[in-house]
Amino acid sequence: MASSTVETLQSVIQPYKHGFVTEIESERAPKGLNEDTVRFISAKKDEPAWLLEWRLKAFRYWRDRMLPEGDPTWARVTYPKIDFQDAYYYSAPKTKEGPKSLDEVDPELLRTYEKLGIPLKEQERLQGIAVDAVFDSVSVATTYKAKLGEMGIVFCSFSEAVKTHPELIRQYLGSVVPYSDNFYATLNSAVFSDGSFVYIPPGVRCPMELSTYFRINAAETGQFERTLIVADKGSYVSYLEGCTAPMRDENQLHAAVVELITLDDATIKYSTVQNWYPGDENGKGGIYNFVTKRGACRGVNSKISWTQVETGSAITWKYPSCILQGDNSVGEFYSVAVTNNRQQADTGTKMIHMGKNTRSTIVSKGISAGHGQNTYRGLVRVSPKAEGARNHTQCDSLLIGDKCGAHTVPYIEVKNRSAKVEHEATTSKISDDQLFYCRQRGLSAEDAVSMIVNGFCREVLKELPMEFAVEAQKLLGISLEGSVG
Amino acid sequence: MLEIKNLHVEVDGKEILHGIDLSLAAGEVHAVMGPNGSGKSTLAYVLAGRDGYDITKGEVLFQGKNLAEMSPEERAREGVFLGFQYPVEIPGVSGLSFLKAAVNEVRKHRGIKELDAIEFLKFVRAKLKMLEMGDDLLKRPINVGFSGGEKKRVEVLQMAVLEPRLAIMDETDSGLDIDALKIVSSGINALRGLDRSMLLITHYQRLLGYVVPDKVHILSGGRIVRSGGKELALELEEKGYAVLGADAA
Ligand SMILES: Nc1ncnc2c1ncn2[C@@H]1O[C@H](COP(=O)(O)OP(=O)(O)OP(=O)(O)O)[C@@H](O)[C@H]1O
Ligand SMILES: [Mg+2]
Repeated sequence: MASSTVETLQSVIQPYKHGFVTEIESERAPKGLNEDTVRFISAKKDEPAWLLEWRLKAFRYWRDRMLPEGDPTWARVTYPKIDFQDAYYYSAPKTKEGPKSLDEVDPELLRTYEKLGIPLKEQERLQGIAVDAVFDSVSVATTYKAKLGEMGIVFCSFSEAVKTHPELIRQYLGSVVPYSDNFYATLNSAVFSDGSFVYIPPGVRCPMELSTYFRINAAETGQFERTLIVADKGSYVSYLEGCTAPMRDENQLHAAVVELITLDDATIKYSTVQNWYPGDENGKGGIYNFVTKRGACRGVNSKISWTQVETGSAITWKYPSCILQGDNSVGEFYSVAVTNNRQQADTGTKMIHMGKNTRSTIVSKGISAGHGQNTYRGLVRVSPKAEGARNHTQCDSLLIGDKCGAHTVPYIEVKNRSAKVEHEATTSKISDDQLFYCRQRGLSAEDAVSMIVNGFCREVLKELPMEFAVEAQKLLGISLEGSVG
Repeated sequence: MLEIKNLHVEVDGKEILHGIDLSLAAGEVHAVMGPNGSGKSTLAYVLAGRDGYDITKGEVLFQGKNLAEMSPEERAREGVFLGFQYPVEIPGVSGLSFLKAAVNEVRKHRGIKELDAIEFLKFVRAKLKMLEMGDDLLKRPINVGFSGGEKKRVEVLQMAVLEPRLAIMDETDSGLDIDALKIVSSGINALRGLDRSMLLITHYQRLLGYVVPDKVHILSGGRIVRSGGKELALELEEKGYAVLGADAA
């Protein structure tokens, strides 16, 4: 890259826009992690005994079977050893009771979300999106609940669902990601604080986008949310997730779990725009985003589609996956992952074909700039009974500058001879020719990079709901500003 | 409009242009001809401000301003347009959205209101009609999978849309079939005007049969070895560069 281009790009480094801290009194569990921490959280939530038992089972499994081995090391990411005793596992904005309506929500919180561009007052909301706002792992407000309730749709915080729909939670919690699944998922099972729950009844097409907006605020606090979405027979829901965090010098752990279940003929479309604080240009601070997301297409003709735009976090470690159990079920994974400065991402998917004629599509776009390291890691497994299974995988990497890296690690296991599995991969660079061509037409170098990157990601961005697509496009531009060195 | 004085240009430490003088008045069309490797594209690039093309001596004034002090995008916004000899592919970016962004950058710079999507479409349609083109090429990602001739036609369309003050067309006629050449030429002629100057880089007299230049310059070995009227192009066609090369050396 020619040096003057580098300078123009460096001159416009934009600070992370959501890095402010909200001054609010919060209540925390004592520092450290032991059985008492788990009991403390469960008691705070006034949980039934079975749930505490489940948490404790997870905690003991983690402590006795997983911790001695340490956290997983197979991903292509490096970070200092995490001291799990040197963190808080529960932090919640102080309120007497949980807020019953929006009017009771602390105005400071409402202002925080407004500042982030998410007004929670229903009349100010964009038409057609209901929001669950999660602040430091505790749900503070859910909009449009009543309207959705009329159709039998449940959309509320996880803690609330434990009280109002215990039978659903008991049936489905841990049914896709068991408590013993992996290091971070197991830790989450022990100490998760809140999250969102969605249930769409049979035959119902959810009339609006449902969304959760996660905000980390508290310092030195791990974040452990759990999202559970169940789409009953013949139903449809589109769900969006957004996330931001303040700029802090220390790293913060975010270990969420998302479980999706679709029954016969049901569809879940799950979109994420992840913009956790990525750390500064030298790699100081930032979120460790170690997340387990998995969906089970239990029913015939059901479908789960993941779309993710990952621009934030110091480290991203996540593999939204689909277990295609039902015959003719469909799994999709569309991903854009950006790593700039010192960011590292190891992300991809698993498509597990079990039912007949199951199909999956994987489109992964990795963009590396600065010293960023970007790895696509994906598994396509076709089990012996998955007659007629098909997969198509497309992995493209775009490099900006010459200090970054892109890696593709596909695992393919096919145990049925009728299966068709295709894998394509490309690596390209933004060329000086392209930049000059754009600049010759009047675009600034930054706009040119942003336009080229957005073009590169188009196949994925078009999967996002409209409002999100526009946001995501802007975000890509911002994440890459000052990217070339 | 454009004043090139004793211009020396280095690329990668090697001098390619050894003192070019050329003066292009407002409204004039000049042709630049010359053998392969004589420095025509180098001249085009240095006028457009490409990185790595260093002016070591001499200067270029565009509307009285020193071009060397302006970034490529500033030059473009001021009205310098380069039709590329080898237009580059930009996957995933449609010609329409690209051109809209470009047009609005120019308008912003000139302090006129930016066009919204609908206004822009209307504006582009008129230009497409003038060049007898459909909008199918513009809907596709820029230059991706375009034939050689299609790329050149889109370059001319971009010029028409951006309405530059100085258009440098680097071998825009190469690769065009005879019908396309006629259409493109009539497009170029339609864009001729008192406030628009053009530098047409070409190897062929056939373009100049349609677009009659005010002057013809012959570049050889990084120098302008001859300048003259439109007859010069004909003479060149007859005798070939060899003759000129001899007295250039
Ligand atoms: N980076 C470079 N390093 C060294 N020499 C270069 C470089 N770029 C261009 N040149 C040389 O400069 C000379 C002029 O090239 P230029 O592309 O301007 O020629 P041209 O007149 O446009 O030729 P054509 O008719 O083939 O398009 C050539 O000899 C070319 O090899
Ligand atoms: Mg050339």
